[in-house]
Amino acid sequence: MSTHTISVLVEDRPGVLARISGLFSRRGFNIDSLAVGPTEDPGRSRMTIVVDCAERPLEQVTKQLNKLVHVLKIVELEPDRSVERELVLVKVKADPSVRYQIIELAEMFRAKIVDVGPDALSIEATGSPAKVQAMLELLDPYGIRELARTGRVALARGGKGIADKPLRVAARPA
Amino acid sequence: MKVTGAQSLIRSLEACDVDVVFGLPGGAILPAYDPIRESSVRHILVRHEQGAGHAAEGYAWATGKVGVCMATSGPGATNLVTALCDAYMDSVPLVAITGQVPSWAIGSDAFQEADTTGITMPVTKHNELVLDIDRIPGAIAEAFHIAASGRPGPVLVDVPKDILQATTEWAWPATNELPGYRPVTRPNGKRVREAAALLRAARRPVLYVGGGVTKAGAEAALRELAEASGAPVTTTLMARGAFPDSHPLALGMPGMHGNYAAVAALQEADLLVALGARFDDRVTGNLATFAPKARIVHADIDPAEIGKNRVADVPIVGDVKLVTEELAAAYKAAVTADGAADTEAWQRATAQWKQRFPFRYDQQDGGPLKPQHVVERVSALTGGEAVVVAGVGQHQMYAAQHFRFDRPRSWINSGGLGTMGFAVPAAMGAKVGRPDELVVAIDGDGCFQMTAQELATCTTERIPIKVFILNNGHLGMVRQWQELFYDERYSEVHLGFECPDYVKLAEAYGALGLRCDRAEDVDATLEKALATDDQSVVVDFRVDTHEGVFPMVPAGRPNDEIILGPEFSPEEQAAATRREVRTQ
Repeated sequence: MSTHTISVLVEDRPGVLARISGLFSRRGFNIDSLAVGPTEDPGRSRMTIVVDCAERPLEQVTKQLNKLVHVLKIVELEPDRSVERELVLVKVKADPSVRYQIIELAEMFRAKIVDVGPDALSIEATGSPAKVQAMLELLDPYGIRELARTGRVALARGGKGIADKPLRVAARPA
Repeated sequence: MKVTGAQSLIRSLEACDVDVVFGLPGGAILPAYDPIRESSVRHILVRHEQGAGHAAEGYAWATGKVGVCMATSGPGATNLVTALCDAYMDSVPLVAITGQVPSWAIGSDAFQEADTTGITMPVTKHNELVLDIDRIPGAIAEAFHIAASGRPGPVLVDVPKDILQATTEWAWPATNELPGYRPVTRPNGKRVREAAALLRAARRPVLYVGGGVTKAGAEAALRELAEASGAPVTTTLMARGAFPDSHPLALGMPGMHGNYAAVAALQEADLLVALGARFDDRVTGNLATFAPKARIVHADIDPAEIGKNRVADVPIVGDVKLVTEELAAAYKAAVTADGAADTEAWQRATAQWKQRFPFRYDQQDGGPLKPQHVVERVSALTGGEAVVVAGVGQHQMYAAQHFRFDRPRSWINSGGLGTMGFAVPAAMGAKVGRPDELVVAIDGDGCFQMTAQELATCTTERIPIKVFILNNGHLGMVRQWQELFYDERYSEVHLGFECPDYVKLAEAYGALGLRCDRAEDVDATLEKALATDDQSVVVDFRVDTHEGVFPMVPAGRPNDEIILGPEFSPEEQAAATRREVRTQ
């Protein structure tokens, strides 16, 4: 098992998210994260899906996704040839005695303090999955009260867009 | 021209050359039932929506065209779900049209509201909730295109009542807007040549033929490939009739209850050429021990089937007719260039297995009537000139084993989903699609009771079908498993011979009811049934409760453990297990 990031370009139609998430669950795949939003092209959305599975099941799920009529393109994004980011909002217990320690820690990760209360701080951080994870581990001893994460979004490096690339499945000579 | 949404819907069906719709009206779909009165589309009023779905499937199986069914919202739609799932599993082209509560009421738990597109999403190739009246023609045109092209399947179009009642200007779409839907039909020539090279070199090749061959209309190409290469042919449950059973290269059906020769050939083969087949568990048995010596050429229109269960050495995505034609040509070219491998010993071995280990049963004079005997006599007395439809269970296996299928599209059943109750409505649909054919449902007593109400439709709509019930008074296949795997602890499988009285039930539905419980009466009974063509016929064949379906590979076990059954001696079983080939 290993983590794979797949980027799926879909038509922006009602129910398209349900079609895709339903396909994952009924074929027995777990989604680690799923992020969806509009693209440069109105009428099209991009989903970034992180799945934890072996190579052959991944091939099966991409082929099944490809069969959905509203799915336009699927590419697997290789970690070393793509940029991956996640945004987190984290609320940490912070009484005045530790407040500055936490602020300093946030600055080391280039995170922002977005809310301050008498006994808590809210921090906004973006970065690679590894960076976000490292920050959360360091914040954990102070007491994380609440956490909201967007899930991973990713783009391939270089000048080309997803629509310029051939389909992952069709790219394999049949 | 101004039209209502309902008129637009019916006009769209006409524009898609629909000649018949199986359906049952209700509140939400009501507006569509008004213009249908003036339409060229024939509507057949079923007695249960599941019947409409299976009838549309039977029509599609028999004709190759898209079957159409229609139902109202809520329970009407949920009653279609089994048929949609059945069509999805067996790749049957189907368009289902359902009414929906008015768009402003969606999500409010309105009367007869169900989330039809949500419920059917996992069991349809595609579906759509139409929320704009001007989308109706496009949605219908796309539904027919998607249902029939690529790997066929069911498509559902859900239309709210207010959309059906609104008015607009009629416009038929010039093109489909489906940027995400482009099935690959033309095979990669390099892959075809690789496959041809493997086939040329193989000494023990088998053509493993699935339902895709019939869907693609590849029967003639298949025959050419088989005869050119001399490779024996196995036809799965979905492919019975795709290659003539009477052909010397025909090994019959592989799988759990398949011919010994077909099962053994797959296990011994050095090459399988899978054409429109999907390595289903009922064919492979234990997957890890299936065809262990074989390299695999796998051709299918659906890329997701290739490598799903068994890794293919040569994957070919494409229309199976094109693949088979090109493969035959490439094979001949390869033979011209490099000569052909000697497959004669292999042909002798498989032919010997076929002759030595056939389907065997013992119909004794004066003994209980054997279900296999009934099927054999149906096959003989019709001369194979019939469209045979089956439900699911022992009777389905007897029909698939003992009827001699020599013609394409002469066999209709529920293969993947295994839907009991499929036969009567599917036979009705098949008869509507091919009215000049003799349509025979070979059914079980358990199955028959699930959908028998469609006999009323057959009578009122003048669709005469034959229903031959192999009545063993039990849920026979379940009984057989309890006998073999649960120490004969029979649990909830006894239905009884007497209730219902099938003869009286047939008469109540306006059909001719007959009964037969002796082997010597079978021919006379069948002759009477076959001579009746002005009404449907139901025959209650009272058959031996204790008869089991053999051969059998127990579920999940290796095909090597095939059990020939009680009609074979321990010596014969031992010879079969070691796949003995006698040298003359």
